[in-house]
Amino acid sequence: MDSDEGNAQRVPLSQRPDWSDVTPVPQDDGPNPVVPIAYKEDFVETMNYFRAVYLADERSPRALWLTAEAIRLNAGNYTVWHFRRLILEALDGDLHDELGFTENIAKSNSKNYQIWHHRRWVAEKLGTDATSKELEFTKKILTLDAKNYHAWSHRQWVLQALGGWDDELQYCWQLLEEDIFNNSAWNQRYFVITTSPLLVGLEAMRDSEVSYSVEAIVAHPENESPWRYLRGLYKGDIESWVKNPQVSSVCLKVLSAKNNSSIFALSTLLDLLCHGFQPSQELRDVVEALKASGPNDQPDPDLAKTVCCILEGVDPMRANYWKWRKSKLMSLL
Amino acid sequence: MGELAAKKHVQYILSVEKRKDDLVSVVMEHLRMNGAYWGLTTLDLLGKLDNVDVDKVVSWVMECQHESGGFGGNIGHDPHILYTLSAVQILALFDKLNVLDVDKVTNYIAGLQNEDGSFSGDMWGEVDTRFSYISLCCLSILRRLNKINAEKAVNYIVSCKNLDGGFGSTPGGESHAGQIFCCVGALALTGSLHHIDKDLLGWWLCERQVKSGGLNGRPEKLPDVCYSWWVLSSLIMIDRVHWINKEKLVQYILDCQDTENGGISDRPDDAVDVYHTYFGVAGLSLLEYPGLKAIDPAYALPVDVVNRIFFGK
Repeated sequence: MDSDEGNAQRVPLSQRPDWSDVTPVPQDDGPNPVVPIAYKEDFVETMNYFRAVYLADERSPRALWLTAEAIRLNAGNYTVWHFRRLILEALDGDLHDELGFTENIAKSNSKNYQIWHHRRWVAEKLGTDATSKELEFTKKILTLDAKNYHAWSHRQWVLQALGGWDDELQYCWQLLEEDIFNNSAWNQRYFVITTSPLLVGLEAMRDSEVSYSVEAIVAHPENESPWRYLRGLYKGDIESWVKNPQVSSVCLKVLSAKNNSSIFALSTLLDLLCHGFQPSQELRDVVEALKASGPNDQPDPDLAKTVCCILEGVDPMRANYWKWRKSKLMSLL
Repeated sequence: MGELAAKKHVQYILSVEKRKDDLVSVVMEHLRMNGAYWGLTTLDLLGKLDNVDVDKVVSWVMECQHESGGFGGNIGHDPHILYTLSAVQILALFDKLNVLDVDKVTNYIAGLQNEDGSFSGDMWGEVDTRFSYISLCCLSILRRLNKINAEKAVNYIVSCKNLDGGFGSTPGGESHAGQIFCCVGALALTGSLHHIDKDLLGWWLCERQVKSGGLNGRPEKLPDVCYSWWVLSSLIMIDRVHWINKEKLVQYILDCQDTENGGISDRPDDAVDVYHTYFGVAGLSLLEYPGLKAIDPAYALPVDVVNRIFFGK
């Protein structure tokens, strides 16, 4: 069907006998002066023939072939995709072939909305026959770009609509092994532990997930994702979060080590203090030592205020945010 | 500090509008309606909308309307909600909403709401919180929010809220600044901002500012001028914009200008396009850069246009 692929010399449609009965229709938006760019000429001609078959509502094999040509030249044109689906329905086209076609297009256009939408339409029709293919396909795309938003959305849809949860937590683990800063993989991990029918829910998973995120934090304390993940594990149960000694001890550990980025540890400590956490003397001493003015100053009895002052200094971009946090402390008193 | 090359940007936008023969404009053909909205809104913010032939634009927009009531990205293209909002916004810019058959357009939009409150983009049923925002924005401009189930629409958006306070495209989807704009905007338009944890989301949003002063859309991603709009407008709607460093962001946007030929790019020294030119100028407008009209963060239209719609001023 797609015989033109890779051919150096493309035969214009106007010179092909199988298209001689079609009169091309140019885009109706004013004069289109011819510009001597070969690619552009192919593009304009293909679209002119596409308009002709579209207006004639010709749902034929050659029209299906033509939509493939048009998509190859510009995968963003939603009207072409729309017409392709109508043709596929009319011809009862082979949907497994169609998955292959979208995969080829996706290799060079993985951030195009139309491709993903079309792919879902095909997979929906195939049902659970498509499950493993779709999981493999998204995996391939994520190998090229581990944060591709469309691939993640598609994958979440596949899991929920068609199943295939068995290895998903393992897959998240693998991606985080490759890049512990991958926020998309952290998000997927949270999605799996809260949504997978094979797991027993957030609370039952909490202990092991806390250990996992604490480990990630210790390795890279500047990584925003595991800090937010750790907090997310206690959604709706702040009391348990404040009481869990693992949370305050990871803050202490990060703040005690020299050369660590301290912003997220300090902000977590600040949140803990705002929710009634009682700091140990050791933690107080470690925070005092981080003060810019040095440890000779009189320590402020309000540790949260000290934390805000340090954050203003180490995170100047967000100084106003930390000032606001400090002013909120005053109003709490 | 450099300055906004306003005159050059006006020339750039006008030249793009006239250029119909090069490859970029041919490949953009199917989303010309979006391009027109970006370009025309930029001209209005720069105070130069009078350089445009209103009747020509309005008649072209109306030729893109489909019998279903929705608009296509160009003449003869299928309708989609993405182009329908741009069409309505363009007509609003020119104070020409009266040429619309309001019921026809709003029936098309209302017909795209699903049982769970979400919205599809067109007859093929792709669901995304982007489409929730677009629908609510369109209906609000045309004063027909009563045509849909707004409570369900809000509930669907709330179901897309994440542990970091942000929102994704569907429930469980990763927080992304573009989707956050859509969700916060939709909640603002329906008077439902109380569903947002403003302090948590505000902190996540201001964490998007990186060392160069620019904003990214997700953790560990590169900054891009378009997030000057998505992040900033969200911060303004939840009243937390003072948490970022505005001076550094202004500088970043100015650094992305092509000061010779006009236009703004995603990052310094990249190629310019209309999309980033719009988001750069709109971002500067939100930052109250001198000489620019103010833009409304929820409607993405100049404030005087929004006032004209709702207060007849």
